[in-house]
Amino acid sequence: MKDVIEGRVWVLGDDVDTDGIIGGKYLTIIDPDELKKHVFEIALPEFADGARPGDLIVAGENFGCGSSREHAPQAMRAIGVGAVVADSFARIFYRNAINLGIPTIEARGVRALFEKGDTARIEMRAGRVTNLRSGAAVRFPPLPQHLLELLEVGGLVEKVRLELEHRKAAAGAVP
Amino acid sequence: MTGSNGHGATLAEKLLARAGGLDHVVPGQIVEGKVDLAMMHEQGAQTVAPFHQMGAERVWDPDRVVIAIDHWVPASTEGAAVLHRILRKFAAETHLPHFYDVGNHGICHQILAENGWVVPGDLAVGTDSHTNMLGAMGAFAAGVGPTEMAAVLALGQLWLKVPPTLQVRVRGRFGKGVTAKDLVLRILGEVKTTGATYKAVEFSGPTIAGLSMPERFTICNMTTEMGAKAGMVAPDQTTYDYLAPIAKHPMHPVQPDADAAYERRVDIDVDGMPPMVACPYSPDNVRPLPDVVREHVKVDQVFLGSCTNARIEDLREGAALMKGQRVAPGVRFIVSPASTKIYQQCLDEGIIQTFTEAGAVFTNSSCSACFGGNMGILAPEEVCASSSNRNFPGRMGAKQARIYLLSPAATVAAAIRGELADPREMM
Repeated sequence: MKDVIEGRVWVLGDDVDTDGIIGGKYLTIIDPDELKKHVFEIALPEFADGARPGDLIVAGENFGCGSSREHAPQAMRAIGVGAVVADSFARIFYRNAINLGIPTIEARGVRALFEKGDTARIEMRAGRVTNLRSGAAVRFPPLPQHLLELLEVGGLVEKVRLELEHRKAAAGAVP
Repeated sequence: MTGSNGHGATLAEKLLARAGGLDHVVPGQIVEGKVDLAMMHEQGAQTVAPFHQMGAERVWDPDRVVIAIDHWVPASTEGAAVLHRILRKFAAETHLPHFYDVGNHGICHQILAENGWVVPGDLAVGTDSHTNMLGAMGAFAAGVGPTEMAAVLALGQLWLKVPPTLQVRVRGRFGKGVTAKDLVLRILGEVKTTGATYKAVEFSGPTIAGLSMPERFTICNMTTEMGAKAGMVAPDQTTYDYLAPIAKHPMHPVQPDADAAYERRVDIDVDGMPPMVACPYSPDNVRPLPDVVREHVKVDQVFLGSCTNARIEDLREGAALMKGQRVAPGVRFIVSPASTKIYQQCLDEGIIQTFTEAGAVFTNSSCSACFGGNMGILAPEEVCASSSNRNFPGRMGAKQARIYLLSPAATVAAAIRGELADPREMM
């Protein structure tokens, strides 16, 4: 995870639900490259064709509400979303996104600062999101240490892999 | 609606303290919670790859893992068939004995409930967002994603931030034709879809004490729509009586302290409350049903099903209204029981006959039309009256379709009239 993330912004409103990110009819798709073709099909239909790797999502309240489907952040990761910043998140989406290694930042007031196509700079540790077009910025409480560590190692898979290796080594060290 | 200034622990705090092996926890604290029960449905197929990538070799406790496929049962697409095959192979390889496969299947939450897989005091996690339903057992039950589930299978634990608690106290008696579904819709109308985000919702008060377990399942189920991490009812004699013959592991009940510190309190009086309806396009867009009935909302499809409301009690209530009536011309009425066991009860009690003679289609047990990916899918501009839990755009098919969320009785009333109707007029 980079400490400073910059990218072109796509803007969404409040209460973007998981059906709006990836519809129920796509939930049997396992291949991320297939999944990404349908990302935001309902909530932002022009996104899948127009997005470039490293683009950022800025949204309003309660982003990712609805189901527990990890397909939603998976599809966003597959298309290369660099970070998601929202006024607030639904809890399972937030957890899923961080587990997949996507920088996910709750920054109150962020939605009002951005229009489509603006460029954002996110400073993870300083806790600030800046609109590089207008200069407007909003502060956010930096992520707790254990979540920063999770993002640093690249997500939950890597974290548990290290934990299991550590346990195995500790067990092996016993004479 | 004020918070309490007590210093005691809420039910959620008691449960997470137990899961973390701690005497006391406070909201905001991170707890490493030991998991008592882990449940996977089809989304669990996505758990397999990360589980292997983590280098895990075995599941922490195969006796504490339940797999219950429900979204596409029997497999309705090749993609679903592949998901099922991945799960069967994984269960065989990692020696997971508790697999509710085709023929012994049901909606995952109902499988956990009717087989006593979650008991008072438990920390339960599942790969479905409505896992909150099992909080009705006096447990902390929350939905997680498949990567998180892989970590749970490997380690038997997960980190949880102790949530603040929203207490919902309910008093009064339901009038005729008014149900627990109407109550939870009414609460959603007040709390809204973000009102409990990251929070626990604890239901209490004399009305809650008088609710049966199936009714408690319905209200805890829809705490998911409030954004809640978990919804729960403290265990009492009703809980113990329900679980005594079926509990799969020992109960270790905890109770909230009398002086528990709640972040917020909502008081609801159900005396005189009419049936409620959540209108498009949000579960919190709630109005009294009689007001909406006056607008003559015609329906194309009616769905009586889902983890929220497809238990035997719901279907009995629906069948009692349906008996001797016909489904209105031009209306498709889909009835889907929540489990195979409930299907068999419906068979024994003549409920399947009642519905099919009336012109409804009584399906195999599954999530059915609820999620727009299997059957009963809506075309653009169609209108559906549903006993399920979500009515977001595109939830049951086309983005432009309109879904009204109702009690089981009110769905049957809509099927008979061909438009939204007040079930009390038919009782």
